[in-house]
Amino acid sequence: MRGSRFVLVSYIVFLLLPIYWLVNMSLKTNTEITGPLTLFPHELTFDNYIKIFTDSSWYMGYVHAVQYVVINTVISVTLALPAAYAFSRYRFVGDKHLFFWLLTNRMAPAAVFALPFFNLYQAVGLFDTVWAVALAHCLFNVPLAVWILEGFISGVPHEIDETAQIDGYSFPHYFVKIFIPLIGNGIGVAAFFCFMFSWVELLLARTLTAVEAKPISAIMTRTVSAAGMDWGLLAAAGVLTIVPGAIVIYFVRNYIAKGFALGRV
Amino acid sequence: MEKPFNNRAWFMVLPVFIIVAFSAILPLMTVVNYSVQDTFGNNQFFWNGIGWFKELLDLSSELGGRFIDAMFRNFLFSFLILLIEIPLGIAVALAMPRQGWAVSVSLVLLALPLLIPWNVVGTIWQVFGRTDIGLLGWGLTSLGIDYNYVSGVLAAWITIIIMDVWHWTSLVVLLCYAGLRSIPDAFYQAARIDGASRWAIFCAIQLPKMSRVLVIAVLLRFMDSFMIYTEPFVVTGGGPGNATTFISIDLVKIALGQFDLGKAAALSLVYNLIILTVCWVFYTVMTHYESKDGRARP
Repeated sequence: MRGSRFVLVSYIVFLLLPIYWLVNMSLKTNTEITGPLTLFPHELTFDNYIKIFTDSSWYMGYVHAVQYVVINTVISVTLALPAAYAFSRYRFVGDKHLFFWLLTNRMAPAAVFALPFFNLYQAVGLFDTVWAVALAHCLFNVPLAVWILEGFISGVPHEIDETAQIDGYSFPHYFVKIFIPLIGNGIGVAAFFCFMFSWVELLLARTLTAVEAKPISAIMTRTVSAAGMDWGLLAAAGVLTIVPGAIVIYFVRNYIAKGFALGRV
Repeated sequence: MEKPFNNRAWFMVLPVFIIVAFSAILPLMTVVNYSVQDTFGNNQFFWNGIGWFKELLDLSSELGGRFIDAMFRNFLFSFLILLIEIPLGIAVALAMPRQGWAVSVSLVLLALPLLIPWNVVGTIWQVFGRTDIGLLGWGLTSLGIDYNYVSGVLAAWITIIIMDVWHWTSLVVLLCYAGLRSIPDAFYQAARIDGASRWAIFCAIQLPKMSRVLVIAVLLRFMDSFMIYTEPFVVTGGGPGNATTFISIDLVKIALGQFDLGKAAALSLVYNLIILTVCWVFYTVMTHYESKDGRARP
């Protein structure tokens, strides 16, 4: 077993080293960064973080990103729930084709959609709003949510549906009061993955925003200026984009394996 | 039990259908529209028929040459990262602790790279690999290795491959770990009674049990690496020269950089068709596996 521990530990070190380097850089001054290489900050500074938290053009980037991620997650999971139920419980005309078509959208390259989305959202007047990004991310998150939820719903015995019907529950009442609590885990897992893929996507988010709704990951590119790179600030902004993900992972850590166990993601 | 046939289920699927169609079909129509037209700017378009497609698939033309080169790089990249990530992912998953606090800690740390925005992943590696301020670049240079991802083709490729391994192997690990967890202890006990070696356990019990999640892992990794854009774009910008210009990068360059809408649209459609084909093959294999498991899927 010693060999396996070695594999695991060295892999995790490999994962953490670049992240450590980013954190390390964010706590240094620019003179120290560009000077001789130091393994840890000699002149510890929090100026980079203070700048981000006090300058609204910086911290609003986080607000925008969180806004569209949350809107997208809510839309995706809400719409996907009834659809996943339908796929899991019924056969209907074109169901297999529809399911496959949905899945292909999860696989469609964002680069193909960048330009048409730009035209589309400009035409409907949503360009440069968080709604444009939230809706655009539905392209891959809705199919993903349907896929994950379908797996969880298929795990609920259909006898429960029938029992509720005999007990006189109307369908909507049953769905909201009994069924949704039953697949709470599944909704959590689906929401986690919607959050994840919306949070990490940049190409569409950058194409669909200009000024008002620019997410942090697009603002980061601003650190290149005439005076050269502001490495410390760039690193601090990068570190802060890792934090929300880390928090979310911490909360869902026990469900991640379960969600993957369905082999759906 | 056989699922009942009920066309009213369509009403439940309708919202999903509408929103995905709005985001997928409408833009694709625009793409089709552009792909058969040419423009001299000023929003004046004229009919070009299948001219762009002819040019794209004609390998001697400038566009066709670019396309085939980018596609070759895409396939090479996907092949290489699958070759590394799948075995590495299996190895790490096998090394995962079975119980206790170490499980949670490992899971959280493993999942961390998956939730970093893709351009930040690019930035991390861009900085990490720099010879002046990055640990990796500095370390390699001081060891006397000639490493510079800005000018060296090999160094650029190695950097983006290591970056992708760093970024996505965790996904393979988590999938395999979930597959391993589903093996009942009785299987291992039986193996121990038979005196099976570690290798025999792996071949006869663990690998077959993981086969389904492995198909999914290969599918996801292939697809996502095939449409990779942000990370190599941030690290190398497609360079040095065109050495790391993948189809996505080229596509964005043509569409949003040069505003060659016709060419970009034709390229998009062919690119999409390739992905659709591969997706279909995997989907067929996957549903085949699932039906062998005795689990009916739509």
